[in-house]
Amino acid sequence: MIMRFIYKLGSPPYFYHLSSRLLPWLSGICLLLFAIGLYGGLVLAPADYQQGDSFRIIYIHVPAAWLSLFVYMVMAASGVMALIWRIKIAEIVLINSAHIGAVFTFLALVTGSIWGKPMWGTWWVWDARLTSELLLLFLYLGIIALHSAIDDKRKAARAVAILAIVGVVNIPIIHYSVEWWSTLHQGPTVTKFDKPSIDTRMLVPLLVMAVAYKFLYAIVVLLRARNDLLWRERRSQWVASLFTDTKSK
Amino acid sequence: MDTFQQFFHMGGYAAYVWSSYAIALVAFIWSIVSPLREKNKLAKRIQGIIENENP
Amino acid sequence: MLQAFFIILQRDLILAIRHRAELMNPVLFFVLVVVLFPLGVGADIAILERIAPGIIWIAALLSALLSLDRIFRTDMEDGSLEQMLISAQPMSLLILAKIIAHWLITGLPVVVVGPLLALFLGLPAAAIETLLITLLVGTPILSAIGSVGVALTVGLRRGGVILSLLVLPLYVPVLIFASQAVDAAAAGFPVLAPVAMLSALLLLSLSLTPWAASAALKMSVS
Repeated sequence: MIMRFIYKLGSPPYFYHLSSRLLPWLSGICLLLFAIGLYGGLVLAPADYQQGDSFRIIYIHVPAAWLSLFVYMVMAASGVMALIWRIKIAEIVLINSAHIGAVFTFLALVTGSIWGKPMWGTWWVWDARLTSELLLLFLYLGIIALHSAIDDKRKAARAVAILAIVGVVNIPIIHYSVEWWSTLHQGPTVTKFDKPSIDTRMLVPLLVMAVAYKFLYAIVVLLRARNDLLWRERRSQWVASLFTDTKSK
Repeated sequence: MDTFQQFFHMGGYAAYVWSSYAIALVAFIWSIVSPLREKNKLAKRIQGIIENENP
Repeated sequence: MLQAFFIILQRDLILAIRHRAELMNPVLFFVLVVVLFPLGVGADIAILERIAPGIIWIAALLSALLSLDRIFRTDMEDGSLEQMLISAQPMSLLILAKIIAHWLITGLPVVVVGPLLALFLGLPAAAIETLLITLLVGTPILSAIGSVGVALTVGLRRGGVILSLLVLPLYVPVLIFASQAVDAAAAGFPVLAPVAMLSALLLLSLSLTPWAASAALKMSVS
């Protein structure tokens, strides 16, 4: 049943018109979630005992880090579908997720660095989390670079699918090795990012923000995917009717 | 008004907190605006193609 | 099927020996990179000794990277890659043969020369043996993972730069486990954990990368 839906999505006009109907809803929900999350995080949550108000960076940093991994998983899953079942919509989701995934990763890095300054006095700390994120950024950039280097975009999609799958196998390995590496030379500063016993009033906005980010991801992917489809199908009837309709209005 | 002051002050960490949120905002807005602008450009190009092929 | 494996292995080795002069290049590059470090960092033996495992291993990574091209490029240019692809033999098996050949040609010399260089960097004798083991176990991993990168980029004009971008992040676990194992040995700590991880990575990479490289080649060559 899900496969049938996915196959239906494979029809470009169906995907395009479905996404046209969904986007307003997704946008509304996304804005609402951000509003709730930001209010909860910036206003309702009490200041942290040790970090004061600077901990509020968590509401940008942590969801960005979570999403950077989530998007990669989605890309890898799309890669599998694209390679094994040749589902075109999977190819499109894969390629159009890379940029926003890289943005999330970059955001996690920058906000992690900014957060580090008041906490540890330096702009960068080679701790497990940040170093892993940095390597993840390179994985994303590799995918973007490879895709743009291959002229034949159908070939490029296959190449990137393989790379995404290879990457996803490596992510746990990289993460574990970096984790292990950082414990060997643990300085006197303990990473404040992991395992705090977190107050519910702090946790709930965090979860809300994570969902908000997911909706943002969905919106961005849909926007990009639609452009991709329009261009690929530019000579087709359904695209023509889109533009002649608006002309006659 | 005092609470607004306190809010913006963020316990002394204002620069760090607000710059993080600002960067996120810029990144998100760019991520949405960029495909929208691309769509406009695409629309013009596709219009052109359609007109060329259906005079 | 096994015969095809050995034929390809033998072929690659013979081709390499025919261009004997080229054989030295990866090793020379390896030595050169190692030599750059004292020049750049200062000849304080206390510092060099401390970072020696990292130096050796980073140099090994870079020299592997530089030599990866040879796995598929000449075969692609003269058409033998296509022949392999359309032959009845499973491509992943042939690729495994090429990976092993590549390691014998470019990795094994590094395994031999590395520990010698480490002596010049002041690495204590206790750690040299561990260095040898990590190089022996780790350099084939570099060839294996690298083969996937080359398979993806062999058809591209300036594939070399992208190759580095793709492959180096994947090399990081090898670098970490190998250099930390040697560090541990130098400090007198047990090395079983990182060496075991390296061995696991070796088995994993040898079994999985040929499939990935095969899929990538079919894409590159089509």
